[in-house]
Amino acid sequence: MTDVSGAWYLSLAAALFGIGAFGLLVRRNVLVMFMCVELMLNAANLTFVTFARMLNDIAGQAVVFFVLVVAAAEVVVGLAIIVAIFRRRREATADDLHILRG
Amino acid sequence: MHPGLVPVPLLATSLPDAITFAVSAVIVIAGAIGVVVARNPVHSALMLVMTLFGVAVLFVEQRADFLAAVQVIVYAGAIVVLFLFVIMLLGVDRREAVSADPLPWQRPLALVLSFCALGSVLALGFSGAWSTGAASVTGALPHRAGDTAALGKVVFTTYLLPFEVTAALLVIAVVAAVLLVRVPQLREQGGQAGAERGGAAGLEGDPEAVSDPGVDGDPQGLGERDREVVPS
Amino acid sequence: MLHAAYLMPLFPLAGFAVLAVFGRKIGNPLAGWLATGTVTASFAIALVTLAGMIGEPASHRSFVETLFTWIPVSALHVQVGFLIDPLSLVMVLFVTGVSAVIHWYSIGYMAHDEGYARFFVYLNLFVASMLILVMASNLVFTFVGWEGVGLCSYFLIAFWYDRPAAASAGKKAFIMNRVGDAGFLLAMFVLFNALHTLSIPAILAHLGDLSTGTATAAALLLFLAATGKSAQIPLFTWLPDAMEGPTPVSALIHAATMVTAGVYLMVRMSPLLHRATDVSEVIAIVGVATALVAATIASTQNDIKKVIAYSTVSQIGYMFLAVGVGAYTAAIFLMVAHAFYKSLLFLSAGSVIHGLHDEQDIKKMGGLRKFMPWTFAAFMAGWLAIAGVPPLSAFWAKGAVLVHAFSYDIGLWIVGAITAVFTAYYMGREFYIVFYGDERWRRLEVIKGDPHESPWVMRGPLVILSVLAAIGGLLDLPFHPHLDFLSSWLAPVVGSVSRHSSVGVGGEWALAITDSVLAVIGVTLAWRLWRVTADARHLEPAFLQRAWLVDETYDKIFARGGEALAGFLANVVEAKIIDGAVNGTASGLRWMGSGLRRIQTGYVRNYAIGIVLGLVAILAWMLVRAGV
Repeated sequence: MTDVSGAWYLSLAAALFGIGAFGLLVRRNVLVMFMCVELMLNAANLTFVTFARMLNDIAGQAVVFFVLVVAAAEVVVGLAIIVAIFRRRREATADDLHILRG
Repeated sequence: MHPGLVPVPLLATSLPDAITFAVSAVIVIAGAIGVVVARNPVHSALMLVMTLFGVAVLFVEQRADFLAAVQVIVYAGAIVVLFLFVIMLLGVDRREAVSADPLPWQRPLALVLSFCALGSVLALGFSGAWSTGAASVTGALPHRAGDTAALGKVVFTTYLLPFEVTAALLVIAVVAAVLLVRVPQLREQGGQAGAERGGAAGLEGDPEAVSDPGVDGDPQGLGERDREVVPS
Repeated sequence: MLHAAYLMPLFPLAGFAVLAVFGRKIGNPLAGWLATGTVTASFAIALVTLAGMIGEPASHRSFVETLFTWIPVSALHVQVGFLIDPLSLVMVLFVTGVSAVIHWYSIGYMAHDEGYARFFVYLNLFVASMLILVMASNLVFTFVGWEGVGLCSYFLIAFWYDRPAAASAGKKAFIMNRVGDAGFLLAMFVLFNALHTLSIPAILAHLGDLSTGTATAAALLLFLAATGKSAQIPLFTWLPDAMEGPTPVSALIHAATMVTAGVYLMVRMSPLLHRATDVSEVIAIVGVATALVAATIASTQNDIKKVIAYSTVSQIGYMFLAVGVGAYTAAIFLMVAHAFYKSLLFLSAGSVIHGLHDEQDIKKMGGLRKFMPWTFAAFMAGWLAIAGVPPLSAFWAKGAVLVHAFSYDIGLWIVGAITAVFTAYYMGREFYIVFYGDERWRRLEVIKGDPHESPWVMRGPLVILSVLAAIGGLLDLPFHPHLDFLSSWLAPVVGSVSRHSSVGVGGEWALAITDSVLAVIGVTLAWRLWRVTADARHLEPAFLQRAWLVDETYDKIFARGGEALAGFLANVVEAKIIDGAVNGTASGLRWMGSGLRRIQTGYVRNYAIGIVLGLVAILAWMLVRAGV
């Protein structure tokens, strides 16, 4: 008996990515948008791990490792920005912050 | 060219693996949908935890034990806790009106684009049009489950420079976060009122008090500017 | 024989360097004496070289002294070196000699000028450049000297740069010379293309390899260069304007040395002219035409220096006539003699100008012989010399030219003879107006009190030059083979390419007598017409006074044409096309920006849509590429 084929994993990852992207586009709460970005990152990670298994190459896992680290850094800075924004404007959704328009 | 993804039917694989994958997939998808549709950010965060756990299980299934552990500890643990902490700190755990979008075309466009992206990724994958390169360029996967030595070896040899760079990136991120969220300290001349205003600014977000979002690293200059704006 | 030619330009160059740095500190008059000293040293070295060369047999009187290779590029090897032969030594001798005398004179003439040290800086640089020009063994190095003297000429014409006339005269000289210089450069290109060398001895040795067409082209282009530098038709109008410079400059650069560089270049390249006989004919015609035109103009000018300037143009025309008819020795003879009497005339004129406090209009002078006896005598010597009164220098020199012209073509001789009458006439006119007649300066209050004779430091050079102008003819007497010093001296260089006159001894006597008669006619005419009065408008037609309207014509054709072209470029090309393109780009970008700014909504989620759109586009492209 074999393992579950990579195709299933990749399809799952694609679906996860699609959901994350959709959420990023439709939600207005910046924190939730942020979480959607995390979903997309996880979809990418899953893809990498799957390919690592399919191609029998450890590099895919190494990349995931770095993605995790960068994601952590990104969350730290992103949340700090959100905190800074919220200090100025309560109840801020992403749509309320549109003064940087052309 | 890669032959393309040939989906072996789930039922054709070993039963424990198939069941594990199916359950995890359901959890992942459900959690993801939950993140997107939950009106309360706290719920979203909890749903995110669910998804992350599901992904971690899928990592284990694919012999990425170390990454699964990191996924649980760093992502599900630290990062989601950070999310929740911020939600609680800012007090935004309120429901968001999701019935209608203020940007009229946003929602249908998002739906269409997401499906386009999803569809084209799948089409590409199943057509076998990926250019995947050769197998085992860096090093082979460990055959025993739970062996992280291979990953460690790669990270500290082939990927040593990126590793060091990410270390620097983390330090920079931490410093940046500290600078971003710090409430500017007002100098003594600002006196009691200044300190009070500063404190209030941090908690209640008085827009007057923090005329600068706190990125400015020069507290002296900030204090002087502040004195001019609000004569006491 | 002394092989130290490099010392000759080195001395004035060193003087230039020292004066350029410390000139103001050294001050007046020491700076002038220093400059004079350096040039005198060069003259002394030239004399020593001459003494050594006389001791050698005629065939060994030429050597090349190479200092170093300046430009070694592929086939092009430009060497800094000096070609010393009888021809260049004659040039060096009279350049340094006349320069030394004029430096000396300048010490007095420029004594009261603020730019005293600066003047000698330029003068020394000029002498160095001139020596490089005449001694260089390579055409490129010659060109360095050629441009150097042009540059110094510009500096010195515009010496009083705060006078607009001087400044623009300097520019005019510089620009007209550039026209000729283009010819020099093109000639070098042609020669290098054909012979793959620019070394003068090598070029002259391999002339046989040149096709007649190439030789003609090179010779014509070199002649164009010569017309610029030596103020011949069509590029002669800068020289009269150059009289805005100080008078010693006019004497040194614009009479004795620099303006004869074109003649020297022609003589230096005489074997090339020998290959291109058509060009020789052109040179002869241009030369004699210039001589006549300039002489007619000189007969009507009222500026004491402009008369002499046009006279210079006319005399150089004679020299080109000589070159054209193949009488290279006569050309050099006339050049040397001309250097003597023309410097003398200029310096005498300078003495008059000096005594009348910078007055140059001869109609405001008159009766000066009582007040300036030395100057009067010197000017008279110069006048009679240039007029060709026997036995003064021009009688022999110009006579030699006219004999060869007669032998070549009688038409050239007729024009040259008419010019000779004019020459005696215009210089006599100036002489009588300035030194005879009423003392008009008294009535016009040109100066307070009486004019004064110049100091000794200025009179000394006048005496020396007077003597030289008188006895210069001894250089090359036609009577006996042992008396034609210059001809036999130059024979190793130009003897083989010179055309020998077919006029016999009797013919030469007849021509000499004719010359004397013509000179006397000119002198008499001047005496009859101008001894008493200075006011005879009917003898000064406006057409001649305005120099045959050449300047006006050039102005109409080149200046107005250039202005029209510039106007077209400025108002149409610049304003409409270039500005239009630039402004069009700007307004196009603004239009695009005002359209594109709508995309910048400020909503993060819109931007995210953009990102996803990009993702979909990339995926679509990959799908298309995969042919799905």
